Amino acid sequence: MSRYDAIVIGAGHNGLTSAAFLAKSGLDVLVLERNPYIGGSTVSRELHEGWRYSNCSYVCSLFRPEIYASLDLGRHGLKVIPLVSSMTFKRNGDYFGSYSNPAIRRRELRRHSPRDADAAVRFDADVLRWCRLIRGMLLRTPPDPTSFKPRDIFEFGYLLKQFWSLSESQLYEFIRFFTMSIAEYLENYFENETILAHYSGGSIIGTGLGVYSPGTAYVLLHHAMGDVDGNVGAWGFARGGMGAIANALSSALMSHGGVVRCDAAVAGIKSRGGRATGVVLDSGEEIDAGVVVSSLNARTTFTRLLEAEDVPAAMRTRAERFKTRGSSGKLNIALDGLPTFPALPEGSPLTLGHMHFTDTLERLELAYDDWKDKRWSSDPYTDTLIPSQYDPTIAPPGKHMMSVFVQYCPADIEGGWTDEKRDAFGKTVIDQISDYSPDFRSLINHVEVRTPRELENEVGLPDGNIFHGELTFDQLLFNRPFPGAAQYRGPIRGMYLAGSSSHPGGGVMGAPGCNAAREILRDLRRPDVTPTEFPDD
Amino acid sequence: MTEPTQPIVVIGAGHNALVCANYLARSERPVICLERAEGAGGMASFRTFGDGDRVPFAHAQYALADQIRKDLHLDAHGYTPAPPAPTTALDPHGRVVKFVDGRLSGEDLPATDALAYGELRGRYAEFARRLAPLFQRSPPRMKNFGVGDLVSWQQIGTGVRFGLGREGTRELLRVIAMNVYDLLEETFDDDRLKGLLAIEAVQGSAMGPRTPGTILSWLHRLAHAREAMPGIVGAPEHSVTRALVRALRASGGEIRTGSEVVRVLVSDGRVSGVRLASGEEILTDTVVSGVDPRLTFRSLLGLPELDAMFARRVTQVRGKGVVAKLHLALASMPEFPGVDEAALAGRLLIAPSADYVERAFNASKYGRHSAAPVIEMTLPSLHAPESASGGRHVASLNVSYVPYQTEPETDAQRAAVVERVLATLEEYDPEFRGRVVAQELLTPRDIERAYGVAEGHWHHGELSLHQSMMLRPVYGAAQYVTPVDGLFLCSAGCHPGGDVSGFPGRNAARVINRSRRKGQS
Repeated sequence: MSRYDAIVIGAGHNGLTSAAFLAKSGLDVLVLERNPYIGGSTVSRELHEGWRYSNCSYVCSLFRPEIYASLDLGRHGLKVIPLVSSMTFKRNGDYFGSYSNPAIRRRELRRHSPRDADAAVRFDADVLRWCRLIRGMLLRTPPDPTSFKPRDIFEFGYLLKQFWSLSESQLYEFIRFFTMSIAEYLENYFENETILAHYSGGSIIGTGLGVYSPGTAYVLLHHAMGDVDGNVGAWGFARGGMGAIANALSSALMSHGGVVRCDAAVAGIKSRGGRATGVVLDSGEEIDAGVVVSSLNARTTFTRLLEAEDVPAAMRTRAERFKTRGSSGKLNIALDGLPTFPALPEGSPLTLGHMHFTDTLERLELAYDDWKDKRWSSDPYTDTLIPSQYDPTIAPPGKHMMSVFVQYCPADIEGGWTDEKRDAFGKTVIDQISDYSPDFRSLINHVEVRTPRELENEVGLPDGNIFHGELTFDQLLFNRPFPGAAQYRGPIRGMYLAGSSSHPGGGVMGAPGCNAAREILRDLRRPDVTPTEFPDD
Repeated sequence: MTEPTQPIVVIGAGHNALVCANYLARSERPVICLERAEGAGGMASFRTFGDGDRVPFAHAQYALADQIRKDLHLDAHGYTPAPPAPTTALDPHGRVVKFVDGRLSGEDLPATDALAYGELRGRYAEFARRLAPLFQRSPPRMKNFGVGDLVSWQQIGTGVRFGLGREGTRELLRVIAMNVYDLLEETFDDDRLKGLLAIEAVQGSAMGPRTPGTILSWLHRLAHAREAMPGIVGAPEHSVTRALVRALRASGGEIRTGSEVVRVLVSDGRVSGVRLASGEEILTDTVVSGVDPRLTFRSLLGLPELDAMFARRVTQVRGKGVVAKLHLALASMPEFPGVDEAALAGRLLIAPSADYVERAFNASKYGRHSAAPVIEMTLPSLHAPESASGGRHVASLNVSYVPYQTEPETDAQRAAVVERVLATLEEYDPEFRGRVVAQELLTPRDIERAYGVAEGHWHHGELSLHQSMMLRPVYGAAQYVTPVDGLFLCSAGCHPGGDVSGFPGRNAARVINRSRRKGQS
């Protein structure tokens, strides 16, 4: 059959989510994937014999539980193991641990600053309030604020109603929270520099911003919003690596009759009379469909997939200007054993969670300065995990796998990336970890270094940007990816956007894909099978 | 009922305090401005250094808002705002970019950039015009509206949506919280132009071009600046301060200089008067503070008079000064390549690229001054020859970034700041160092002491996104009213912030007059 109801371009988690919902509503759906494997950045691959693990994205916390429930992903094999802790090593040989057990967390906070232990109570309550406010907006389509269409006015009214539930001072507090830098926001609560650095770090992951850049505070929500098993604030790890998410989604899709084709790179989107009619593959093969959904990033979609005459000039300029400067790198390290960290007490559970090695705000901000000047950070911020401790499927028995996410690493490096520079970048990171773990270096069996160059080439992240486009004010909500394209609709009828370039952005959330599916079903006048409301406790 | 003889007390005689006092003086109650210094004007005044060489502290000013100028008949009192001055971005090789009479020019400046600049300027002037109800009036509240708030919101909403049209509104909503760096990157190619424009957006703030929110701070500036570029302040006779003082006296107001208020007196939760350093107490039920809100609450009022959450917000206000003022007496005129006499009389900028400005900012984040500073220089003696003693010249420089220090700077640290400025200037005029015969450096710490501004910040508090509009200086005091009955704020620490616009002063006076009318009815 060469005609489908809908074609989804890209088998990343958003493309698959979108496709699964379309299939669930009864449409004939085909997903086309350029690579020989599915998942995009949500992938587990065996790149070193015996180790099969998440090569790109590495933790799952933002993935919407509504989608998990609605597509029955548990039945399709997705199992999320909660992450129980995070920690920061200090330069002086001490450490700060953040535990999920409230009593232990408080004891540890008190060890560093009794005042901060008290402030944490105020902090947690405030962040949870914003979290509850925002998460209701994730699975909704942002309204076009310039439109007078009933649909946009309705969505706008919904937002107003949400905000109207706040008191006047809470409204002001929310604006402050949304516009402040993470460092300044935390300084309103905490005084201890390690605690400040520890809770700031997560806000810069994947961004082209520093801890003192306005607009980084609200990223805290990304951490507080991770709903795993209904626990607000928990992070999780997919058993079998992130590829398990893609596999479960694809299994759900196929259970509804959908089809996934790999090794099928799309060259362009066909149109006739201002309406999408299908796609052309690199091979020249043409496939017709009434609906074409691109889960690729907005720039590639608008400037490469769509015919030039289908994109109005102003929109093309906006697509070209869509900011995607990558800022992250990744090291995937196969280890012959578990490295020891002398700073930690014997048997400490902290190695099970996120490990960081940046203990002051100044070091975090200096790392950002390097990125601005087109260098990788000489003292980078890393998010290090050893998931093989609780997921035996990803490394051979007795061996381990370490995932090191590195901030900052520029896409546009002075003089361009070369293999030598990539290896030098990897060495910078390994040197940093070795400072805290003397046996680490000797346990290394194999290292896979990913700079933005590799991330773009392998899985199509534009400039290696893990969110398919920077998450700055001018590219958020109704501005994402750019004004006029924020309602998941492309410039021609029957063409949609479902990737992380759309609201609410990246982070393996699945929300853009789900929202796009909802808009498509609405346009096709089919019953909505996507989840919207969050069942609050 | 208030004793009719009790005066309204305005603390400070900076330009906002004077504007406020002038508006208040038009009602029947007497007004007294109490100024700590020996002269009025605050940061819009002049100072002498060296051998009696005189410089304006704020050396480049946009004209005071038309409305205020007209309301207060300032022209009749001698106010002659300086015409917009040429602005020149210096270049060691004379490839300067000039901005004269609204036109941009420069050796090998791409024609596309000049064109794009015209468009950008027009668009942003339009944005600023449509946002004027927001930038020029008391910021509307977001809930618990009064009629005025609803009118403001309605005017902003319709003005923006219908005035700018669909695409214009979209563009405004896209850029309103963006950083100026990315806008410059997507619009222009020429580094010199990007450097020049970056300065317009960030000067005076502890922000770099890449800091989100710098487009808003630029719009703040554009909203009150009718002209594209500020004018160079010349002789005190024509200054805004002198005209405001004369206007105030003409309408019966009083200014007492050398009168430092040390305490705002409160009884039963409302203002009862002020105490001066001399011990004298002036009884009044209405006090307007033209002093930095942080100092007003912390030192003049005392945090214990405020509820704990409000006090916490006050202590969290950000506003670290990052601009030092350097005054130089020169034996001979500087010679910069590519700079003619007309350009020399204008504003001279050293900010060769937006990246240069950002790097200069980097150092300030860690409390250090920039190795390669951003410099804005004017030569006031070209406009008022008598300001320099004995036939020499006077240069006035704003040097960014020189961050506020909590400890007094040592002589060596101060010398290092001056040295970096001179070394930078030498790249543009190799003879520059030899021309200097006298100097005075005012670091943000010096400015704090001299002008009563916490941490020496131009705007009495950072003009960042979270301290703008209804959040300025803090919510609960953003409409010029404070939690203490009878105490009002009128300084640049309030909406819409610093620069010599006069809006905070005027808006505060309106609120005070309105509340008095209400009280009487």
